[in-house]
Amino acid sequence: MADDPQKPPAPAAPAPPAAHAPKASAPVGPPDPPPPAGTAQPAFIAALQAAVPGSVSQVSYWVGDWTIIVPVARLLEVARHLRDAPDAAFDMCSDVTATDWPIRPERFDVVYCLYSTRHRQRIRVKARAGEHEPVPSMSGVWPAANWLEREVYDMFGVNITGHPDRRRILMPDDWQGFPQRKDYPLEGPGELLMESPLDWLKLRQAREEADIE
Amino acid sequence: MFDTNELVINMGPQHPSTHGVLRVVLRLDGETVVDADVVIGYLHRGIEKLSENRNWTQIILLTDRMDYVAAATNNVGYCETVEKLMSLEVPRRARYVRTILCELQRIASHCLWVGTHAMDIGAMTVFLYAFRERELILDLFEEFCGARLTYNSMRIGGLPLDIPPGWDKKVLEFCTIMAAKLDEYEELLTHNRIWLERTKGVGVISGAEALALGLSGPPLRGSGVARDVRKDEPYAAYDEMAFDVPIGASGDTYDRYLVRMEEFRQSLRIIRQATEGIPEGPIVGKVPRLIKPPAGETYHAIESPKGELGYFIVSDGKSTNPYRFRVRPPSFCNLQGLRRLVKGHLVADVVALIGSLDVVLGEVDR
Repeated sequence: MADDPQKPPAPAAPAPPAAHAPKASAPVGPPDPPPPAGTAQPAFIAALQAAVPGSVSQVSYWVGDWTIIVPVARLLEVARHLRDAPDAAFDMCSDVTATDWPIRPERFDVVYCLYSTRHRQRIRVKARAGEHEPVPSMSGVWPAANWLEREVYDMFGVNITGHPDRRRILMPDDWQGFPQRKDYPLEGPGELLMESPLDWLKLRQAREEADIE
Repeated sequence: MFDTNELVINMGPQHPSTHGVLRVVLRLDGETVVDADVVIGYLHRGIEKLSENRNWTQIILLTDRMDYVAAATNNVGYCETVEKLMSLEVPRRARYVRTILCELQRIASHCLWVGTHAMDIGAMTVFLYAFRERELILDLFEEFCGARLTYNSMRIGGLPLDIPPGWDKKVLEFCTIMAAKLDEYEELLTHNRIWLERTKGVGVISGAEALALGLSGPPLRGSGVARDVRKDEPYAAYDEMAFDVPIGASGDTYDRYLVRMEEFRQSLRIIRQATEGIPEGPIVGKVPRLIKPPAGETYHAIESPKGELGYFIVSDGKSTNPYRFRVRPPSFCNLQGLRRLVKGHLVADVVALIGSLDVVLGEVDR
């Protein structure tokens, strides 16, 4: 049965004590399938490719959503073009978020969900970024990105640069670690990690060894 | 002779008019707000992280706990996103019932808003009236799914239960009662001199600016942008319903009030159409026994009472829980606009402005 009440409360809780030790079977990234033959690609994608050379490294289509994958270096130019070009006119930044793929060298997918009130269309812009790689802030293009990027920084530790106010937003200011990363334990660090992370690691390893014996 | 230094005061997190645990640090020059820093996170429960460690069905009841005054809307948004990811067809009857529940929920949420917003500004009566009518909706929900606040009222692919016999008649009866009560609220507020003084010209924001700040729902429509997910990207059975999207003209607190009051009436209109036109048929589509969407990702948005509620979900296609579960909470993005709205207004207006954005802190912090 899928919903067995006898199951322990956190069956899939990842508990790697050492940071950055994901399971070998962890997925390396989303499939990002190319559009099937015969699907008409929105015209603004071709216009974007022509206006900003090297801006779109991949176009993907899945269950009705169009996604473009953009190199981090081109992100700001792409954003400005998508906002200002009359055939795109993405005037609303619905959402900024990230996905963590710890095995991949560029471990983060930074995802921007855009919407155009003029053309009533959506596009998702994704950029792949390494753990410390600077990702330019979009808050100059869409002020809505301000808090959303703060959350991405708070939860994933994506190195967002040029942000007017890069602070933690949901977690306390002195929090250690980034909770939404896949190698962060579900049960949280406890009080000890906040004060001395190394002692916390030792204690955890000692407890696990005691469990095995 | 007088010291004109700026004064920093802390409003919240236990201030009654912040509707939960919101803290606003205000920098004041006399009684005028120079700047504000909005501090959130007091109610952060890590729902996104928790959801990534629960199976697809268990997440439905976690979504209840986000916007806890509009739990059914959260359920619908989540289930539709998973259905989109799995390319599931939902039977027409289920889509109609979803529409009814969403609109009942919108009325319940707006009742809570009009009551608390009016009480913040000093009108006690509306609060008592609005909660009286909200009670009727909670009774309808109780009869449908047994719960009054956190409903867990959806399943992936359809509904958990069919509507009880006679329920649709009770919904129509409620519509008749509510339509009359709305006039009562409006009589108390719409032309009330104090209400006009406190709301007209307070927190004016232009449509373009509201859009750039990411506002959605009534705060955006109050500024004259006719953006409604129900019309622009129809879900459930909204493509078969006739309704109007009310918009404001000046983008102040009064216009946001008028937009929501008109939304009450449009919701009643939708409920009447949907209840009278409920088709016969199954309530659940062809759902596999083990829910395991294929690998891929999607973003799906619905119009919650607060604004655009979006879910971004990534499935790895192997495990029985989502790889990434992200909610785009409308209250979070609307609250971001507070700093812009309060600048130059008086401390008392801050209370009115928080009320006019209609935020629920459970959803802001998740």
